[in-house]
Amino acid sequence: MFDYIWLVPVFPAIGVLINGLLGRRIEAVSKHLIHWIACGMIALSFTVTCVIFYQLLQLPGDQRFYQVTCLDWIQSGVLQTYIAYQIDPLSMMMAMFVIGIGFLIHIYSIGYMWEDEGRYYRFFVYLNLFMFSMINLILANNYLLMFLGWEGVGLCSYLLIGFWFDDEANAIAGKKAFITNRVGDFAFLIGMFLLFTGLGEHGVWSLQFSEVFTHVHYLSQSQATMICLLFFIGCTAKSAQIPLYVWLPDAMAGPTPVSALIHAATMVTSGVYMISRSNVLFSMSPFAMGVVATVGALTAIFAASIGLVQNDIKKVLAYSTVSQLGYMFLGLGVGAFAAGMFHVLTHAFFKALLFLGSGAVIHSMHHAYHKVHCHDDPQDMRNMGGLKAKTPITFWTFLIATLAISGIPGFSGFFSKDEILWQAWSSPQGSWILWLIGAVAAGMTAFYMFRLVFMTFFNECRAGEACEHIHESPPSMTGPLCVLAFLAAVGGYLGVPHALGGSNLFHQFLEPVMGLGDGKLLHDATQAASHGVEHAAQAAGHLMHAAAGHVAEAAGHAAEGAEHGGESMFMEYLLMVVSVALACFGILIAYIFYIRKREIPAALAEKYSFIHRLLLNKWYVDELYDLVIISPLRGFAYFLWRGVDVGVVDYIVNGVARVVGWGSSVVRYIQSGYVQSYAVSVVFGTVVLLAYYFLKAL
Amino acid sequence: MNQLGFPIISLVAFFPIFGVLILMLIDKKAEDTLRGTAMVFALIEFFISLPLLFSFQNGIAGMQFVERYNWIKSAGLSYYVGIDGISLWIVMLTTFLTPICVLCSWTYIQKRVKEFMICLLLLETAMLGALVSLDLILFYVFWELMLIPMYLLIGVWGGDNRIYAAVKFFIYTAAGSVFMLLSIFYLYYLNYKTTGVFTFDLLELYKLNIPVSVQFWLCTAFFVSFAIKVPMFPLHTWLPDAHVQAPTAGSVILAGVLLKMGTYGFMRFAIPLFPYATKQFTPVIATLAVIGIIYGALVALIQPDMKKLVAYSSVSHLGYVMLGIFAFNMQGVEGGLYQMLNHGISTGALFLIVGMLYERRHTRMIKDFGGIARVMPIYATFFMIATLSSIAVPGTNGFVGEFMILVGAFRSLPVYAIFATSGAILGALYMLWMYQRVMFQPLDKEENKVLKDLNLREIVTLLPLAVLVFVMGFFPGYFLRKMDASCEYFLKNYQQKVAFYEKGLEDGTSRIETVLEENNLRRTLD
Repeated sequence: MFDYIWLVPVFPAIGVLINGLLGRRIEAVSKHLIHWIACGMIALSFTVTCVIFYQLLQLPGDQRFYQVTCLDWIQSGVLQTYIAYQIDPLSMMMAMFVIGIGFLIHIYSIGYMWEDEGRYYRFFVYLNLFMFSMINLILANNYLLMFLGWEGVGLCSYLLIGFWFDDEANAIAGKKAFITNRVGDFAFLIGMFLLFTGLGEHGVWSLQFSEVFTHVHYLSQSQATMICLLFFIGCTAKSAQIPLYVWLPDAMAGPTPVSALIHAATMVTSGVYMISRSNVLFSMSPFAMGVVATVGALTAIFAASIGLVQNDIKKVLAYSTVSQLGYMFLGLGVGAFAAGMFHVLTHAFFKALLFLGSGAVIHSMHHAYHKVHCHDDPQDMRNMGGLKAKTPITFWTFLIATLAISGIPGFSGFFSKDEILWQAWSSPQGSWILWLIGAVAAGMTAFYMFRLVFMTFFNECRAGEACEHIHESPPSMTGPLCVLAFLAAVGGYLGVPHALGGSNLFHQFLEPVMGLGDGKLLHDATQAASHGVEHAAQAAGHLMHAAAGHVAEAAGHAAEGAEHGGESMFMEYLLMVVSVALACFGILIAYIFYIRKREIPAALAEKYSFIHRLLLNKWYVDELYDLVIISPLRGFAYFLWRGVDVGVVDYIVNGVARVVGWGSSVVRYIQSGYVQSYAVSVVFGTVVLLAYYFLKAL
Repeated sequence: MNQLGFPIISLVAFFPIFGVLILMLIDKKAEDTLRGTAMVFALIEFFISLPLLFSFQNGIAGMQFVERYNWIKSAGLSYYVGIDGISLWIVMLTTFLTPICVLCSWTYIQKRVKEFMICLLLLETAMLGALVSLDLILFYVFWELMLIPMYLLIGVWGGDNRIYAAVKFFIYTAAGSVFMLLSIFYLYYLNYKTTGVFTFDLLELYKLNIPVSVQFWLCTAFFVSFAIKVPMFPLHTWLPDAHVQAPTAGSVILAGVLLKMGTYGFMRFAIPLFPYATKQFTPVIATLAVIGIIYGALVALIQPDMKKLVAYSSVSHLGYVMLGIFAFNMQGVEGGLYQMLNHGISTGALFLIVGMLYERRHTRMIKDFGGIARVMPIYATFFMIATLSSIAVPGTNGFVGEFMILVGAFRSLPVYAIFATSGAILGALYMLWMYQRVMFQPLDKEENKVLKDLNLREIVTLLPLAVLVFVMGFFPGYFLRKMDASCEYFLKNYQQKVAFYEKGLEDGTSRIETVLEENNLRRTLD
C-alpha cells in the first residue's frame, strides 16, 4: 500500500535535474520559475509524505511497518544491497518534520536569496539535492542507503557552506566540514564492515535494519560495543559532538537558510536519528551507551560555555545547536531514545526559527548598511540593538523561540528538555552528575539566548546612520517565521509527560520502534550479558518481540510508572522546578548584564581576561587540532614526497641509470674505431690463449 | 566457437589499423581532415565494439567470441583471442576512451597532427590486442607494442621535460617486461618437459603444475613486470613524470587503460598461472597496496602541480584495485575490476579537465588559479562531478568500487582494510583542497578573469564520462552481472589450485620431481 514511497525522494531529484541542467537558461527567462520548480517539488514530496503518514496512522500500532524495495544496488556474491525504503513511525515522524521544515525554508530562501544574481538557480539545486539526500537518509531501510544519504547531506553541506566561495574563509569552512565529516564516515564505514563480519556468517549481508536487528544477538558483547562506538564516532562528526564538532561553528559561513535547514534543524540531527534507529544495537552495549551519554553531556556544557561570549549572532546560535545536540545524545545515552527524538523535533522547530529570525535580522542589517554604503559586519550583535520596534514580527517570533529553547514552561523546549533531564537522573544508566551538567547547561543556555535577544532587539540602535533604514523582511521570509513560531510554541504538547497529566502521544507513537529502548531493554541486556551469551540472545529476542510493537504494553508501562507512586513523582517535580529556576536565573543575569548595568560584562571580561579569551577563542581547539594533526600530516607528506619519492626511490632509479651510463662510457673506449688498437687486442688475445694452452700442456 | 558467427574480436582489434592506413594517405597539412578522419574511425570502432557487449553471455565463465588460428605451428605459436567477464569491460573502456582522446586533442595538438592521430589509433590496437590475447607470445608482442606509441606520445608531444619522462617510462616498463619474457619461455619449456607439447596457449598453461620453488621465481618476474605497470609502490616513480609531461590524450589513455594492463595482467596471467606463489606473496602485495593507497594520497596532498596531484592520486586508487584483487573473494575481485573502470572514468575526466585549463592558461600550478568557478561555471560542474567520483561519494561509481573492495578486504585482510579505508579521508583532503584553491577563493588574477567557459566540443568530451559516473553509481548491476561468472571461476580456480598445492606439500611432494610425476592429477583441475 506504500509502493509509491519512491516518489518522496524522486520529486526533489527531478527538481535537481531540471534546475541543474537548465537552470541558467530558466533564470535568464524568469527567476520565478526557478523557485516555483524547486519549492513545487518539495511541496509534492511533502504531500505524498502526508498521505503516507495518514495511511500509517490508520494502521494499528503493531502493523506500522512496511518495506519497499525499489532497485538492486551493490550486489556481488553474498553481498546483496538494495535501494529500499522503510515506513515506520520513526522514519515517518522524521520525514514529516524534515520535509515540512524543508519546505518552509525553501519558501524563506526565495526572499533571502532573491538578489543573488546568477547563482539563484544553483542555490535551489543544492537545496533540492540536500532534500533528496536527507530523505534517503531517513527513509532508507538499510545502513548502506542511509550512508548514501549521510554522505550526500555532507556533500550538500559542503557546497552550501562554500556557496559564496569568493571569500576564502567560506571555501575553507566548506572543506573543513566535508573533511571532518569524512573522518566520521570512516568510522561509520568500518562499523558497517564489522556488521558484515559479525553477522555475515548468519546470512545477513544486506545491512537491512530489520535483518540486522533480528540477528543482533549473534554479535558478541565486544563486537556490539565496537560497532556502536564506531557508529557513534560517525555521529560525532555529523551531529557536531566532541571531538568532531569543530566544523559546525565555521559552517555558519553559509547563507542563513542553509544554517537553519542543514546546520540546525535537519542534517545535524541525523546522528541522533541514526542511534535511535539502531536502538536495538546500542542497547546491547551499556558501555557504548555510557560513552554516548557522557560525550553528550560534556558537549552540552562545553559548547554552552563558548556560546556565553560570542558576538556573532550566528556563532551564538551555532554553539547553541552543538549544545542542544549534546542534550539529545545525553537522552539517547541514558536509554531515553524517544525523549531524544522528541528533542530533535522540538529543537527543529525552535532552532530553525531562531536561525531564520537571525537571517531576517542580518538581511535587514545588510540592506540598511548597503543603503548607507557602510561595510560593518551585519552579523555582529555589537552593531545591533533596538530592532524590536523596527522588525516586530521577527522580534516576537524570535522571542517565542528563545523562550522555547530556554525551557520556559509551556513552550515546546520545556517538555523535551525536561524529559531528557529527568531521564538523565532517573534511568538506570543515568546519574546525578549527568543531570547536574545538563541543568547547568540549561541555565547557561537561557543566559546566552537572552543575552542575544537583549543585545539585538533591546536598548538603542548601534548601527549609526544605517538605523533609519532597518525595516522588516519580505512576507516570503516572515511567513515561515510565523508558522515555525506556532510550532515552536505548541509542538511540545505532542509529548506532555505523565507527570504533568499528559498522555505522551509522542512516546506511544514511537513505541513500536523504541520499545526496546527507554532503559528497559538495556537493563535486560546488561543482566543477560552477565549471565552469558545464551541469555543475551534470549533477551535480545525478547526485546525484538517488544520491537514488534505492543502499544498495550506501553500503556502498561505507564501504569507501572504511576504505581511507583509519589516519591519519584515528587522528585520529577522537584527537578523540573530546579531546572526552570536555573533558566530563570540565567535570564535574570542576562537582563542585569545587558539591560540594567551594561558595564558589568566588560568589567568581568577584563577582570577574568584569561577565561574570557579562552572562551572567546573557543578553548583553542582549532589551533590544537592544527598543531597536533594537520601540520604534522602536511610535514610528513612533504617528507614522503621530497624525501622518499624524489630522495630515495627516484635516486635509486636514476642512480641505476647513471651507473649503467658510467659503465658504458668506460667500456666505450674499447670501441675506439682505430684498426691498430683492434689489431693490438687481437694479438694480445692470441698471445694469452696460446699461453694458456701452452701452460696447460705442460 | 563464437556467438556472432564472424571474427568480431579481430575486427575490433585491427580496425584502428585500417584507420591508420587511411590517415597515412591524407595530406599532413589538412589538419582538420586528419582530426575528423581519426574521430570517425575512433567512433566506428566504438560502435563495432558494442556487439561484444550486447551479445556477451552473462552466465558463461569461459572465453567468448574465441578465434584461433595457427601461427607458427612447430613452435606452438597461435593467434588465439577471446574475451571473458574480466577483459570485456576493459576492452569497452578502451574503445570508449579513444574517441574522447581524439576529441580532447582537437586544438590541444597543433604540431604533427597526422602522426599524433596515427599513434593514438596504433596504441588502441596494441591495447586491445593485449587485452584479448590468449597466447602468451601474442600477448607479449602487443604488450611491448603499446610502449612505442606511448613513448612517442610523451616524447614528441609532451611538455618541457618530455624526453626524460619518455625514456624513464620506456625503460622502467621494458625492464620489467624482460623478466616476464624469460618466465614465459621457462613456462614454455616446463610445459614441453611435462607434456611433450610445445604451446604458448594460456589456457593450456593454466593447467600446468609448476614446482613450488620454480613457481616462486616465475611469479616474481611476472609480478614485477605487472607491478611496474600498475604502478605499485615503490615502482611508481615513472608515473608522475610520464603524466605531467604527456599531452592530455596521452595521460587519459595512460591512466584509463595502460595502468589497467598491470592489474589485468595480475588477474589474467600471474595469479592463475602461479596460484601457490601468489598466496605466499599476498601479504607483501597487500602491504604494498595499502602503502600505495596512503602514500599516494599523502604525496598528492602537497603537490603544487594539478596534474601531478592527479597522477599521485592514481597511485592511491590503483592501490585499492590491488587490495581488492588480493582479497580473493567476490566482493574484492569484482570491486577491483569495477574500480579499474571507475579509475579510467574519473581520472580520465580529471586529466581532461586539467588539460582544458592548461590549454587556456598554459600553466598547471595550483597557485596560479583561484575563483575559476566564477568565470567557468560549466567547467566547475564537471570538475566537481569528477572530484566526487574520485573521492567515492555514494551515488557515484567510485563509491561502488571502493565499498566492494573494502568489504572484500575486510573479510580476508581486516587490518589492511582499516588502513585502506583511511585513504577515503585523505582522498577527500587532497581533492577538495585542490578544488578549493583552483575553483573557489577570490578571483584575484587578471589572466583568470577573461577565461572562457567550456565550448561545445569540450562539453561533448566530458559529458559521456559525467553521465557514466552516475549510471555506474546507481546501477552497478548491469556491469557486475557480466563479471560474475568469470570472477567466480577465477576464484574457484585459485582456491582449488592452492588447495591442491598445499596438499602436495603436506604429502611431502614439494620436490620438483615428485610434483612433476603427479601430472595425472592436473587434468582433474578443469
